[in-house]
Amino acid sequence: MNLDDVQRIAHLSRLELNQAEAEAVLPQLQAIFSLVEEMQAVDTSGLEPLAHPILFLRDLAQPLRADQVTESDHRAENMQSAPAQQDGYFLVPKVIE
Amino acid sequence: MSWHNTPIALMAKALAAKQVSSTELTQYFLDRIEAGKHWNAYLDVSAHLSLEQANKADQLISSGKARKLTGIPVAHKDVFVTRGWKSTAASKILAEYQSPFDATVVANLGIPSKENPSGAGMVCLGKTNMDEFAMGSSNENSAFGPVLNPWNAAHVAGGSSGGSAAAVAAGLAPIATGTDTGGSIRQPAAFCGLTGIKPTYGRVSRHGMIAYASSLDQAGPMGKTAEDCALLLSAMSSHDPRDSTSLADSGEDYGRYLNQAWQEGNSTANKPLAGLRVGLPKEFFAEGLSADVAKSVNEAAKTLENLGAKLVEVTLPKTKLSIPVYYVLAPAEASSNLSRFDGVRYGHRASEYKDLGDMYQKSRTEGFGAEVRRRILIGTYVLCHGYYDAYYLQAQKIRRIIAADFQAAFKDCDVILGPVAPDVAWRLGEKSKDPVQMYLEDIYTLSTNLAGLPAMSTPCGFNGNNLPIGMQLIGNYFSEARLLQVAHQYQQATDWHLRQASEVA
Repeated sequence: MNLDDVQRIAHLSRLELNQAEAEAVLPQLQAIFSLVEEMQAVDTSGLEPLAHPILFLRDLAQPLRADQVTESDHRAENMQSAPAQQDGYFLVPKVIE
Repeated sequence: MSWHNTPIALMAKALAAKQVSSTELTQYFLDRIEAGKHWNAYLDVSAHLSLEQANKADQLISSGKARKLTGIPVAHKDVFVTRGWKSTAASKILAEYQSPFDATVVANLGIPSKENPSGAGMVCLGKTNMDEFAMGSSNENSAFGPVLNPWNAAHVAGGSSGGSAAAVAAGLAPIATGTDTGGSIRQPAAFCGLTGIKPTYGRVSRHGMIAYASSLDQAGPMGKTAEDCALLLSAMSSHDPRDSTSLADSGEDYGRYLNQAWQEGNSTANKPLAGLRVGLPKEFFAEGLSADVAKSVNEAAKTLENLGAKLVEVTLPKTKLSIPVYYVLAPAEASSNLSRFDGVRYGHRASEYKDLGDMYQKSRTEGFGAEVRRRILIGTYVLCHGYYDAYYLQAQKIRRIIAADFQAAFKDCDVILGPVAPDVAWRLGEKSKDPVQMYLEDIYTLSTNLAGLPAMSTPCGFNGNNLPIGMQLIGNYFSEARLLQVAHQYQQATDWHLRQASEVA
């Protein structure tokens, strides 16, 4: 991993890193990935990935519910923590000129 | 009456006998919270909201509608969203967030309402400090400052549920909720001399629990005794149609075996654990374990043996690998979960930006702390095209081996015993410069989250500096009641869990 990788993943993560911050985080990430490299020595051929502990116990059947309206109108409560709003809508910077 | 030394099992009796009211109990703990601010255990307290709930609890009691825990105060880790109190996950990005709804855990424990008629009737004392988004092992990653350990204020309280642990240990709450993604209930419980249990994945609803790593996150109680934890867990767990991974068959009484012998007919009064096979994984007692912790846990094993248990050696060969596996999978899930924080619908929005993309980027960069940013970067990297197979899928395959290793071990034993952490609570700042050094401290707790198994922590001694040591009991799926039984029997034979920090009057 190099500084370009750090800036690339920072961009994908929608995080900003200036040069000094990228230089500080690089050795930390390198140290973490040298720990992660220990996994490569394990022979996992023929094994299925285990995405979820429940899958180890049984098939995770997606529970389904009746297609009914169960929620009432919570618009005001749901909007109360919005950083910016207008006319009951979330306000964001102009996207299309 | 020193209510902060009283287990909730006894508090419930005093409330039922009308020896004390919920309002009196609540005021008692609110006063202690006010006097104990220096521990930094709470992030939000609202006396009038708590007293309002206490008043409702007293009405339930006087009208004969009380349940077992009605009127008992409880502190909630700030990862559970609550109406009325702020819900921040100890992050700047949620610093002012007010949730429009209660987490299922909060509702299950709270005052019964029209939406939630089966609430236990407990009183919320406030929201406890934690590592930001539950990412950390020392509570030093909180955006609102570290929690101090009530046993020694120069030491960490553990993490990520450090505020809940310190609140109970300092007598600022009789019991608290926590969450455990890689040890975040068990390790702070051990560091603060408490009992805590992480149940089987799926026992407790994750609805309204601010997500870190969804396939690992699980909530549980942190209290003074195994009996108290059994009481709270029974009220916390439920099947929840709002959580697709919630188990259908929860809702049991986790305290039903507490005072029973392990095997009826095979045990005597002084050998209540006759027939129990305790597995000691040799990898848990290998290099890296401090001498003090090894000594205390080995003595605990002897105590269990004296109570009738049989000790057997077992092996969990991939113990060391649980660290890289966890630190690939948890950040991968975190990077996805935390993508929702974009400054649009809720949370922090940067004050200056060029356009929408810049607003996302600046809001997230300003809102997240260093460790959260680091884990998002790791998670994004391991999910990238070209690295996905080598890191993410390889980690998931080893996760299957780790889960299978536990099943092999459980052929030879009923519960597994080991340390919770390699050492006692470290000094504030001691490990915060080097993330890898901090990750290595999680070695004994990560594998149970990867496998989804229940595991608990109970006090088993002190080191030379009077800092608490915890032992870990791991059980097979759905064996919480049995783990609590073993811990309860151990607590009947020992008094480690009753010790109080000298600074906590």
